[in-house]
Amino acid sequence: MRITQGAFSFLPDLTDDQIAAQVQYCLEKGWAVNLEYTDDPHPRNTYWEMWGLPMFDLKDAAGVLLELKECRKHFGDRYIRLSAFDASHGWESVRLSFIVNRPANEPGFKLQRTEMEGRHVQYTTVPYSADKPEGQRYK
Amino acid sequence: MNEAAKIPQDTHQKSQTVRGKARYQSGVMEYRKMGYWEPDYVPKDTDIIAMFRISPQDGVDAVEAAAAVAGESSTATWTVVWTDRLTATEKYRAKAYRVDPVPGAPGQFFAYIAYDLDLFEAGSIANLTASIIGNVFGFKPLKALRLEDMRFPVAYIKTFQGPSTGIVVERERLDKFGRPLLGATVKPKLGLSGRNYGRVVYEALKGGLDFTKDDENINSQSFMHWRERFLYCMEAVNRAQAVTGEIKGTYLNITAGTMEEMYARAEFAKQLGSTIVMIDLVIGYTAIQSMSHWCRKNDMILHLHRAGHGTYTRQKTHGISFRVISKWMRLAGVDHIHAGTVVGKLEGDPNMTKGFYDILRLDHNPINLQHGIFFDQPWASLNAVMPVASGGIHAGQMHQLLDLLGEDCVLQFGGGTIGHPAGIQAGATANRVALESMVFARNSGRNIVEEGPQILADAAKFCLPLRQALDTWKDVTFDYASTDSPDFVPSVAVSN
Repeated sequence: MRITQGAFSFLPDLTDDQIAAQVQYCLEKGWAVNLEYTDDPHPRNTYWEMWGLPMFDLKDAAGVLLELKECRKHFGDRYIRLSAFDASHGWESVRLSFIVNRPANEPGFKLQRTEMEGRHVQYTTVPYSADKPEGQRYK
Repeated sequence: MNEAAKIPQDTHQKSQTVRGKARYQSGVMEYRKMGYWEPDYVPKDTDIIAMFRISPQDGVDAVEAAAAVAGESSTATWTVVWTDRLTATEKYRAKAYRVDPVPGAPGQFFAYIAYDLDLFEAGSIANLTASIIGNVFGFKPLKALRLEDMRFPVAYIKTFQGPSTGIVVERERLDKFGRPLLGATVKPKLGLSGRNYGRVVYEALKGGLDFTKDDENINSQSFMHWRERFLYCMEAVNRAQAVTGEIKGTYLNITAGTMEEMYARAEFAKQLGSTIVMIDLVIGYTAIQSMSHWCRKNDMILHLHRAGHGTYTRQKTHGISFRVISKWMRLAGVDHIHAGTVVGKLEGDPNMTKGFYDILRLDHNPINLQHGIFFDQPWASLNAVMPVASGGIHAGQMHQLLDLLGEDCVLQFGGGTIGHPAGIQAGATANRVALESMVFARNSGRNIVEEGPQILADAAKFCLPLRQALDTWKDVTFDYASTDSPDFVPSVAVSN
């Protein structure tokens, strides 16, 4: 399966040039770009690991691409997402977020059902990869 | 030219307010003499201001008509009453302070009326509307009356909770940033069993939509009782979440005959883990505010379908402009509201629609007559409402939709998803690919208005469902003149 989180998951995987163009758009808006990685892509896993701090004050997308290459060297077997943060009043949150790296194989999620009272079913989404400890899930 | 236009109207009349003992002589007195026309009045920052379009009956003075609207929407009755003298009556009188002829519309006038803040109960749309639209719309001296716009003071806005979730927090909860959300209304809207209904939800969400939606009249009928729908829909939502790894939702319509029943349906939706519930505008302002409070308490997004609004928003001379409904609903606290598509099958002038979207989304609305916004309106950080574009739109219009409506909205393709020749999942995928391609192209610096069709054609090369969608609906447009159009159009300055 292909996890479709992020703004561009239905497009073919982006090239570095395409990523750079999106980054440049974000920087021109004054947003801070940051990279995060994880091997737990559960849809409710909000806090992926930060690859350093958000790159405040950056002007050139090339800086982000250098960091992305570095991040891929260490965590190329995991999901990496690029987010752009807008600190302006009234938003103060993420403006754009998309996946820039995926594991070679995405096993997806198991849906567990617990039958409750009446016909009520309680659902739990479990990543197939979650049985292994962090860092060994996509080896 | 009609009859009314032949009568010369003086809209610059001086105050004619009768003062002292003479003001309270028993009998009937013109409204403008009772103190409801005060052309020198300067509205206070704390006043609520309403702007009406009035069409006086033939022979009725426009200023007197404006004063009558001010009187009947505040303290006046048809005759002088001595009990006024037991009150600080000058404060409580609404004051018509400005009357302008409507450009290009003989016999119609814009009347500005100021109301003191003390006339209104805090945090109650029902109280506000009982005053402003409660009594005046059937008033005989007027042929027609339309509430065009309102200005609310910050002090009044701060008495409302506002949207229970708001655009930013909704995006955070759903983990979806940087693109419009995608939805579809389940069709046919009547007759599907719960089991069949859930199938449509599952296929659409799996294919790439973020939300599916109950239609306004799906409540609890013999073909599908509400619990059946909720149970099957949540099976579909959870299955789709597991196969995509993305948060999904379906607007479960909890509209019912009583508040008690609506709370029961909302509680069940919460137990089942739904992220969102839905109500119809016809449940009434108080019920809407109650559900908004319930949603804030229960971490739920609140979707409002504007069922019934067309009965009073569409005609230009009578009723209430949708921009006023938008303001009321932002105060009342809904998170989503259907606000027009411009390009789809339902009424919507592009300029008027932009005005509605600005009212719902911005923290400050400057005056913009071309967009129908007559007042400067600060929102004092009240949460923003996500506008929903729905009704006769399809993937081939994606560049126009993104350009006109921006990215903080929900684009709902009902027929445009479910009517896809290769099935519902393919329809959903076509829409999602079209959307992502267009946002991607825009961010990359391309001119999507001009290059839109090419961008879609390029995306269709790697996405067969999009190719099929473009081929199926390529010639579908709804190009009719709007009835609710702007009164002010930019004019070209002519220099000598």
